[in-house]
Amino acid sequence: MQFTATASSVASLATAEGAKMPLIPHIPELIFGLVMIGVLYWVVSTKVVPNLEKAYEERRAAIEGGMEQAEEAQAQAQAAKQQYEAQLHEARTEANAIREEARAEGASIVTEMRDKATAEASRITESAKRQIEAERQQAVVSLRSEVGTLSTTLASRIVGESLEDEVRQKGMIDRFLAELESGAVRPEKVSASAPAAAPAGEQPAQGELDLGTDNPAGRDS
Amino acid sequence: MILTALAAGTTTAVVAEEGGGGFETPTPDIFWLPTFGTSGDWAITEQMVWGGVSVVLLSVVMVALSKNAAIVPSKGQWLMEGFYNFARNGVARDMIGTKHFLKFVPLLFSLFSLILINNWFGILPPVMNPTMGRIGFPIALVLVVYVVYHWIGIKKMGLGGYFAHMVPDGLPGWIRPFIMLLEIITYFVTRPLTLALRLFGNMFAGHMLIVLFVSAGAYFLTQDVLFKLLSVPTFIMAAVMFVFEALVQFLQAYVFVLLSASYIAGALADDH
Repeated sequence: MQFTATASSVASLATAEGAKMPLIPHIPELIFGLVMIGVLYWVVSTKVVPNLEKAYEERRAAIEGGMEQAEEAQAQAQAAKQQYEAQLHEARTEANAIREEARAEGASIVTEMRDKATAEASRITESAKRQIEAERQQAVVSLRSEVGTLSTTLASRIVGESLEDEVRQKGMIDRFLAELESGAVRPEKVSASAPAAAPAGEQPAQGELDLGTDNPAGRDS
Repeated sequence: MILTALAAGTTTAVVAEEGGGGFETPTPDIFWLPTFGTSGDWAITEQMVWGGVSVVLLSVVMVALSKNAAIVPSKGQWLMEGFYNFARNGVARDMIGTKHFLKFVPLLFSLFSLILINNWFGILPPVMNPTMGRIGFPIALVLVVYVVYHWIGIKKMGLGGYFAHMVPDGLPGWIRPFIMLLEIITYFVTRPLTLALRLFGNMFAGHMLIVLFVSAGAYFLTQDVLFKLLSVPTFIMAAVMFVFEALVQFLQAYVFVLLSASYIAGALADDH
């Protein structure tokens, strides 16, 4: 097989007309190869590459333009942000100032209100004191007149005589009250002197009897 | 001349049959496809026809897709840009640097698109034949690259400066001539030779492999049952080779422009 193959190759080498060893260039092919690359080079360098490179250049310019626009937009955004931040800072400062002011104002208001309230309270206390004093005075006065009346009635009942006489009555009451106030007359004294005075005088005994409830002597009279 | 070719083919087949195997292994002759003119030194081959078609196709499609290039690309422009950017940014800019690369983009992009489509012709019906499997085409392309990178280097540094820049600074004096010799061989022989042969060799061998598997599978179908069964894995292998070749064909186009860009970058470099 190997042998026949070789034989056939040799035979074909000998017989194929115009065929050369593979490494010997066929001159028309060499020349035509130059023509091929020449024509294609001309077409490519004048019609293909310039168009594509132009498109690339335009694309690059477009992209760079886009980049510039984007950068501009970014710069604008940055500026807006800074402005916003400055405003925010300002607003914050302002808010702080307002808060401080409000706090101070509040404190002053509180102080003022406290002063006012204290004044009011003292005023109310004062007026209440005054009113109490007045009422006390009034009570004293009315008590004095009432005590007078009461004691007059009482006395008139006890002594059995009318003490209608205004002047006498008043003088007696005043004297009695003065004695009371000065401490000259004491309830103990009255009660202590009563049993002692009872046999001596009729008036205190009778008074005693009249005031007491279980004294038969009083009941008799 | 088709008749002559056919006659030649028949003769070969006959010779093979007489050899007794029945199966004719593919030979380098499968790349020899004269179509017009004489079948001799000036024959116009099928690869030349397809190469011409590829140039027209590429020109029409690329001009159509880039004609109305706009900031917001259409779907077609978007595809075109993806293809163009692969050569422009992935090769030219990365290898040469942002300063000078734009000047060389048309050349590198032309080379890449031309090589790629002609390589893929190797697996695309109805062509099924990689143009670069004929050494003449890679030599033509390498010639262009070769002239360009020497030209820009000499233009930038002057003839003396260009040769002087091949030797790095700081070497002992006695070693400089040897390095210079090595660098001259690299710049003037190794680089163009490897650049052309790499592309040619890959396309040539890949096409041979595909033809081998396909023709063997087809041959097995003509034989008895056991061989018919054997044709199944053979065709599967052929299909695998198609996919593999698609990758290799792309990679070779990429490697070609990548190295071209690197040679240009080397000639432009301020220091080594």
